[in-house]
Amino acid sequence: MDPFTKLTGVVAPIDRVNIDTDQIIPAVFLKSIERTGFEDALFSSWRYNTDGSPNPDFVLNKPAYKNANVLVAGPNFGCGSSREHAPWALRDYGIKCVISTSFADIFYNNCFKNGVLPLVLPPEQVREIMDKAESDPGIELTVDLVSQRVWDESEEISINFEIDAARKDALVNGLDDIGLTLRMEKDIADYESKHGL
Amino acid sequence: MPPKTMFEKIWDDHVVVQEPGEPAVIYIDLHLVHEVTSAQAFDGLREAGRKVRRLDLTVATADHNTPTWDLSLPVTDEISKKQLDALDRNCAEFGVTLYDRFSPLQGIVHIIGPDLGYTQPGKTLVCGDSHTSTHGALGAFAIGIGTSEVEHVLATQTLRAFKPDTMEVRVNGQLPKGVTAKDIILAIIGKIGVNGGVGHVIEYTGEAIRSLSMDGRMTVCNMSIEAGARAGMIAPDQTTFDYLRGRQFAPQGADFDAAVERWKALPSDAGAKYDKVVELDAAQLEPHVTWGTNPGMVAPISGKIPDPADMDDEAEREATVRALQYMDLKPGMAIQDIKIDRIFVGACTNARLEDLRAAAEVVKGKKVHDDVYAMVVPGSAKIKKEAEDEGLDKIFKEAGLDWRVAGCSMCLGMNPDILAPGERCASTSNRNFEGRQGKGGRTHLVSPAMAAAAAIAGHFVDVRDL
Ligand code: SF4
Repeated sequence: MDPFTKLTGVVAPIDRVNIDTDQIIPAVFLKSIERTGFEDALFSSWRYNTDGSPNPDFVLNKPAYKNANVLVAGPNFGCGSSREHAPWALRDYGIKCVISTSFADIFYNNCFKNGVLPLVLPPEQVREIMDKAESDPGIELTVDLVSQRVWDESEEISINFEIDAARKDALVNGLDDIGLTLRMEKDIADYESKHGL
Repeated sequence: MPPKTMFEKIWDDHVVVQEPGEPAVIYIDLHLVHEVTSAQAFDGLREAGRKVRRLDLTVATADHNTPTWDLSLPVTDEISKKQLDALDRNCAEFGVTLYDRFSPLQGIVHIIGPDLGYTQPGKTLVCGDSHTSTHGALGAFAIGIGTSEVEHVLATQTLRAFKPDTMEVRVNGQLPKGVTAKDIILAIIGKIGVNGGVGHVIEYTGEAIRSLSMDGRMTVCNMSIEAGARAGMIAPDQTTFDYLRGRQFAPQGADFDAAVERWKALPSDAGAKYDKVVELDAAQLEPHVTWGTNPGMVAPISGKIPDPADMDDEAEREATVRALQYMDLKPGMAIQDIKIDRIFVGACTNARLEDLRAAAEVVKGKKVHDDVYAMVVPGSAKIKKEAEDEGLDKIFKEAGLDWRVAGCSMCLGMNPDILAPGERCASTSNRNFEGRQGKGGRTHLVSPAMAAAAAIAGHFVDVRDL
């Protein structure tokens, strides 16, 4: 898995609550059997008009936000389906960090498997970043997972954040879960024989 | 020993390794696989030269992409076909049992698990699909996972997971006539919100839950994820045991009786503590209809579309304005005045035999409204056959509803069954997100009887008045 350590990039705001995975990537794009190539499908229903032309009002279609690497969004981001295509689409587009006050559980887990950092911050701080990203289009944030800090160039924003140590470790080191678990072969086999499995 | 909840008993019994501060490594008793979230996982195995660890605990079916038209007709969508073919190939190569679209055991993954007896109390169960929560209705711990985790379970038969918190949702009293399991769960989500269960496993308890059939319990647990919960569960009881007895892949004979003895120890101990408790009075419930773009935006059939101007919370107000705009509805409008173009009875929420019977009872001897196209999609090939043996298909056809072949169908619009932009649908599925049933489509979630009643009337009506 791709590690995530530190990232500097433009932050795009989507000030909506409960952004579900059907919005992040609609089901018609889940037919692909590939693991990459989902960048054009990201936020498809919002990004494109019915005739397929780009919707100029959508944030990622505005020149200042086009190359965003960070997304800031309302609470309960990623609710709905378990589709890992959601973090794949974000990652393929270039968005490696999503900031919100809360995430849906399965989406949250899926991010960590794909080098995408779902960053939980308190409401005031998410609001601060949201407002700044809206009023100052194209501002860049630096997200440093190692030192657990987020800041902008002017350091008007400077936030220390908490994150579970095990999850951080997995992301910083790009750990391969399957490889790790396979080292526990003896424990698994013992469990199976003890339970008659 | 301190009293434990059912979830804690199952969790503790399945921990293979637990290092401090690390996610637990949990043993998985049953892994259900479908075409949409598995191709990349099988690729991962192949690239790493790994095998499926426990073929005997892994079962696959094709459901999301499969067309619901006659089985003699081909899959015309090239990309869907590619994905279905990939599942065929992967299952053949790795040796996984597959119920493909022609199998008599095929169906929506969350319908066939319990219906064939694979899902059992006390099991840990995963599937690359969020509505895996359905299986908790039998007293299993069942969660949806992503594709990387599918690969992990295929390779190791375990999952790495942090232990979720617990939440009791107690539904007291008895359901009034005409009010169903679907209305219970819609009311719960309306109450606690679409993120009310995040980080939690919900256990549904109380008299109204105990009185539900297994089919109804599955409807409730199915939509746990719509409240954001990690899983939903209901303690096994005589209803559960009677349901499972004799099912094809359940234990048989003396083994079954021995299993029942074990299952009886599963329910939460008296005095077990939940991290959160929510209570609801079933006697107060009415049939429910969603009016917005998430399942928490819901009202009783006697209600009206809410007015954003009445809302204090800014985020809620903005979300409501947006939802009403998308749904093309006006504040203050009576729910019963909403006209509909389409009816979909189906999906893992409500495509079991009891659901089909409820819909058939309403449409029997009547005709679908001229402006409505109505479609019934049974949840599995087996349920389709059972329904036909009872003559339900005839009732539907005579009333002018389309009777289809099993699959996910218009629940998520991956196959040809989709809404056109602007079309309004009364649907027994579980998600009314923007574009869920087709770009620009508008979805109202209801019970099967309510959908059927709307098909006849052309707008929402209270089934209790029929
Ligand atoms: S019926 Fe709908 S919710 Fe259920 S598994 Fe299929 S797509 Fe998912």
